[in-house]
Amino acid sequence: MRNRKRGFHASTLEQVAGNGLLHRRALLGGGVAFAGALTAGPALTSAAADALEEPEWSLAPGDVTPVLQKPSRFEAKVVRTLSNPKGDARTQHARAPLHMLEGTITPNPVHFTILHSGIPDIDPDKHMLVIHGLVKQPLKFTVDALLRYPMVTRKCFVECGGNSAPMFSPEPIQGTLQALHGLVSCAEWTGVPLSILLDEAGADPAAKWLIAEGADSLAVSRSVPMKKATDDAMVALYQNGERLMPGNGYPMRLLLPGYEGNMNVKFLRRLKVVDQPAMTYYESRNYSPLLPDGKAYKFYFVNEVKSFLTRPSFGYSLKGPGFYEISGIAYSGLGRIEKVQVSADGGKSWGDAAVEGPVSPQAFTRFRMPWRWDGQPATLTSRAWDDSGAVQPLRADFIAVRGEAKKVPNVLGFPNQHYNSLTAWAIDGSGEIKHVYV
Amino acid sequence: MSMSNVLAGAALIALAISAPALAGDRPGLGKPISEADIKPWDISVMPDGTNLPPGSGTAVQGAKLYVDKGCNQCHGDNGKGGPSNMLVGNPPLTIDGITSNKTIANFWAYPTTLFDYIRRAMPWPTPHTLSDDEVYALCAYLFAANNLIPQDEVMNAQTLPKVKMPNHDNFIIRFPDRI
Repeated sequence: MRNRKRGFHASTLEQVAGNGLLHRRALLGGGVAFAGALTAGPALTSAAADALEEPEWSLAPGDVTPVLQKPSRFEAKVVRTLSNPKGDARTQHARAPLHMLEGTITPNPVHFTILHSGIPDIDPDKHMLVIHGLVKQPLKFTVDALLRYPMVTRKCFVECGGNSAPMFSPEPIQGTLQALHGLVSCAEWTGVPLSILLDEAGADPAAKWLIAEGADSLAVSRSVPMKKATDDAMVALYQNGERLMPGNGYPMRLLLPGYEGNMNVKFLRRLKVVDQPAMTYYESRNYSPLLPDGKAYKFYFVNEVKSFLTRPSFGYSLKGPGFYEISGIAYSGLGRIEKVQVSADGGKSWGDAAVEGPVSPQAFTRFRMPWRWDGQPATLTSRAWDDSGAVQPLRADFIAVRGEAKKVPNVLGFPNQHYNSLTAWAIDGSGEIKHVYV
Repeated sequence: MSMSNVLAGAALIALAISAPALAGDRPGLGKPISEADIKPWDISVMPDGTNLPPGSGTAVQGAKLYVDKGCNQCHGDNGKGGPSNMLVGNPPLTIDGITSNKTIANFWAYPTTLFDYIRRAMPWPTPHTLSDDEVYALCAYLFAANNLIPQDEVMNAQTLPKVKMPNHDNFIIRFPDRI
């Protein structure tokens, strides 16, 4: 076998873009062992020089099995970062450690959350969902009743409309992916299609809007177009197979696939069918992105196509030249990810990444790119396309329309909303990684 | 039995089978509730003033409440801002580019948003404790302090929706086909 690997000629390691990006077929197995082909391993001998030993955990039975599993104590750093750990009288953000996770599902304990007035301690037996307004018959639903309805399961990312706000900085802020983009996560949600409940109440087909409201102390409230409410909206009850985390809206939340997180109202208790948007605080102010000329968007809603590299990324360092797999996440509120390209030379040349399927709409999509680092400076970045025809904008094009902050903002601040341009990591000759703009 | 009777009979049977089957397809577990019973939760105020409650308040009353209810502790003296947002002030929306402070006077498109938000969410530590008169008074105080209404104008369900917001026409809808 080893001889066969060595038999591969270097020309089979097809380079698809500058600075060592390799063809994605290198990831597919089938004996394309580029690592063995170019790197001469230490010679094997028959003499035992460094014999394996039994580690201590193999010499005695292990711990008692707990009812609820927790990650290994050696993974204790894989936690969320908190913007308001003492619970001061303001919003609390918990950012997901995206750079330390793999695949496409964010585990519930580290799913990002934003709470504007803490986590309400809701007794599901006393919680209720009311549907009223322009309906034939106002209805109230208990949680137990909703649990008897036909359900659907789907993967879906939820992203704060203000995620990636540090990217509006005029200078790249040196932060991990968690700091820069940690207000997005992806889960498998299960719940009742909202259209079933609206039908049961007899919602007026001519009504254009729905007001959704939570049972939190601020009664967070957003206006949702009926187009969305009757399309793919869900009253979500389960998150990755278990009931919602309290911070994610227990016992139920609205799920609007692809729409900014704030609209996915948590602790959902009231839906009012109406003829006009309510222009609540959050839609009037926070989630109306300001433009350079002083005008502003309203009803932005959609989190547009975005991608970033999770590994390598800021906070890691490369341990010498050789093979690395570049791994990243792409998603779009407009549909399915269709293509992702990766560059190792700061955007001068690009190669198609391997996009892992099945690709779900409005969901994290993992992409991978084999890379041989030659030890020279390199700048890694990614760019995604979705099946609506939208492409992740280059930074210069994005900034030309949306502008950027005049001063470097606080990394926890929200200078603006709805950033979806590129993220790039510059690697120097020693393998250290910095955040740069390309 | 004529052929038409047979057909009619068959149609009746089909109806008899399909109607209950359809009803059985739906859980139908929502319990009817009257709008009157929903009223305590129905606090959404529309931009045209729909669902504003009876009551009224003035800027003088509101100025006192602003201190008595502790609004100043987060929003600063006279609404100049503190740990929480500035409430009084009208800096140009281009003064700091895209990070310019969005205030009630320079940004909000509708006066009803203020009533809706104060009533549903403020004061932050003790929401849902203000009377409707108190909410009108706080709105009057903040609109007057922002020079959007005269000091002596009474805010109520008729006057409040008519307050002219200077930035009302400055918004672009991002995805019009999604509305």
